[in-house]
Amino acid sequence: MIRFLIRRILLGILVLWLITMAVFGLFFVAPNNVARTMAGRQATPQTVELIRERLGLDQPVWKQYLDFIWKALHGNLGYDYYYQLPVTHIMAQALPITLSLALGASVIWLIIGVTNGVLSAVYPRSFIDRGLTAFALFFYSFPSFLLGLVLLYFIYYKLTLSGLRWFPPGGYAPLSQGPGQWALHMILPWLTLALVLAATYTRLTRSSMLDVLGEDYVRTARSKGLSERRVVLRHGLRSALTPVVTQFGIDLGQLIGGVVVTETVFSLPGLGKTVIDAITRQDLPVIVGIVIFASAAVVTANILVDVAYALLDPRVRLH
Amino acid sequence: MSIGTSDVAAAHEEVAGPVIEGRSPWALAFARLRRDKVAMLSLAIIIVIVVVALLAPLFSAITGHGPNEQYHTANALSPGGLPRGPSGEFWWGTDDLGRDVLVRTVYGARISLLVGVLATALTVAIGVVLGLTAGFLGGLVDTLLTRLIDVVLSVPFILVAVALVSITGPSLSITVLVIGFFSWASVARIVRGQVLSLREREFVEAARSLGSSDRRIMFVDILPNVLSQVIVYTTLLIPVVIVVQATLSFLGLGLPPPTADWGGMISEAQSYYTVAPWFIAFPGAALVITTLAFNLFGDGVADAFDPRTDRLISQ
Repeated sequence: MIRFLIRRILLGILVLWLITMAVFGLFFVAPNNVARTMAGRQATPQTVELIRERLGLDQPVWKQYLDFIWKALHGNLGYDYYYQLPVTHIMAQALPITLSLALGASVIWLIIGVTNGVLSAVYPRSFIDRGLTAFALFFYSFPSFLLGLVLLYFIYYKLTLSGLRWFPPGGYAPLSQGPGQWALHMILPWLTLALVLAATYTRLTRSSMLDVLGEDYVRTARSKGLSERRVVLRHGLRSALTPVVTQFGIDLGQLIGGVVVTETVFSLPGLGKTVIDAITRQDLPVIVGIVIFASAAVVTANILVDVAYALLDPRVRLH
Repeated sequence: MSIGTSDVAAAHEEVAGPVIEGRSPWALAFARLRRDKVAMLSLAIIIVIVVVALLAPLFSAITGHGPNEQYHTANALSPGGLPRGPSGEFWWGTDDLGRDVLVRTVYGARISLLVGVLATALTVAIGVVLGLTAGFLGGLVDTLLTRLIDVVLSVPFILVAVALVSITGPSLSITVLVIGFFSWASVARIVRGQVLSLREREFVEAARSLGSSDRRIMFVDILPNVLSQVIVYTTLLIPVVIVVQATLSFLGLGLPPPTADWGGMISEAQSYYTVAPWFIAFPGAALVITTLAFNLFGDGVADAFDPRTDRLISQ
């Protein structure tokens, strides 16, 4: 097990290293005129050159890269071009928002997805099954930005018009303003993410539950005279959840960098929105820092999923 | 008297009833698909969308409005410069610049379908070739390609795509390339997995002993065996690609304005969603109906090729 773990972590580091190279190469090699932009319209070539020098952009790319890696290994991802703030500081401010969004939404989509999946599997091909799967597919076909706007229109705007000022149109309220405010600001973004993602979980839970309910031990449990409820929840669901947990790990890793759209629609200044803003200003250190951090989240989540799998199924460790 | 084959068949018919014809798995799949009402309805909707997209200039001619023409008449913009709702002149209302939402939505279908098909084709082409190569050749090539797949799958796609397009500048070909470049890995992984077991089968050994080259075995002997899986994945990939394209557009990185495309229209409509809901509703509905139709159809195709698979809409 230890050997498996070490090999998996080394592979993860290799993957991450390749990503830093690719990302760095892509963004720093591509022609950019950030020095020009920063210098302003009337700047002399000398000023532009000076800014390039100060940002380290006059160095050869390989030197910039080694420099970047060396500092990154010491926990320094560089400074943003405009305010000279450490990138790690900018990320530390944005991360709680992205985490609030991702974790809160994941609770909702797990509840919706697993409940609907179990119901569908217990009554296969029934009206409930068809209804729930149609519901899932409908939201699965919704791009999240569109669903966000639809929710804003009906739940924020229409409710507010009719005198129910329950939800804000966007923005973030930190937990320090009280959990109530925080949750009110997050509900619509949570729903947006959760409804789109719940479909995958409904489908996954349904199929894995149908497999499990056909197993011999479930028949044994039934023939012992256990209540149907107990058979489904205790004996069925427990083992049916393995693929769901796997998918959950992978999705959560992806979400750190995948909530760009939801954050944009609801003006939440999380990691995704920060990248979009940095892109419009060509603030390369911020873009590179966050992209690499988001990749690290994916890689870490994948390792955790593999480890969980290896713990559950010893055959995996051999490969 | 010699007995012809027809006599034999007739004799069989007397004994065992009508002759049982052998049908290929493909014919069976198509037969199943044709019986699937939901899939056929979705296919009909897809065909309608394709026809509408092809006939976009016709809509322009009927309404008399070009897709990028701005109107500043009282019917097109309110005195305050806000979009106007659906009317006799502008059936689906106007946008913030006084352009016809109906005509723009219809033209937008062209972009969605074009990118959907092209980017999916590119994704599948790269994925199949690299997956076949990795799975069939094995060894170092397989190790390297598998690592590459891991890397690509670990990239936070939307983030990198957005950053990349911001460097290159938005265009149709960049959108297609970016989507293809970051999506092939999952296709390659599926194909590789299939090929790993297929290459141990007797028919591959037979082909090899007949002197077939590696390339011939890969593309002539093995490829047809993974094709059904690839087709299923392809139909389910198209709606995903359409959503990704719309998302990139929504984030301002789709096609340069004034080209009409759904994601871009919804992005422009964003600031007017309270005063001009039609401006979001029509392109939004077009987008959802298109992806929903493709998803339902893809689900039917998956079921037709492998009836055991779990599907979202059960019959």
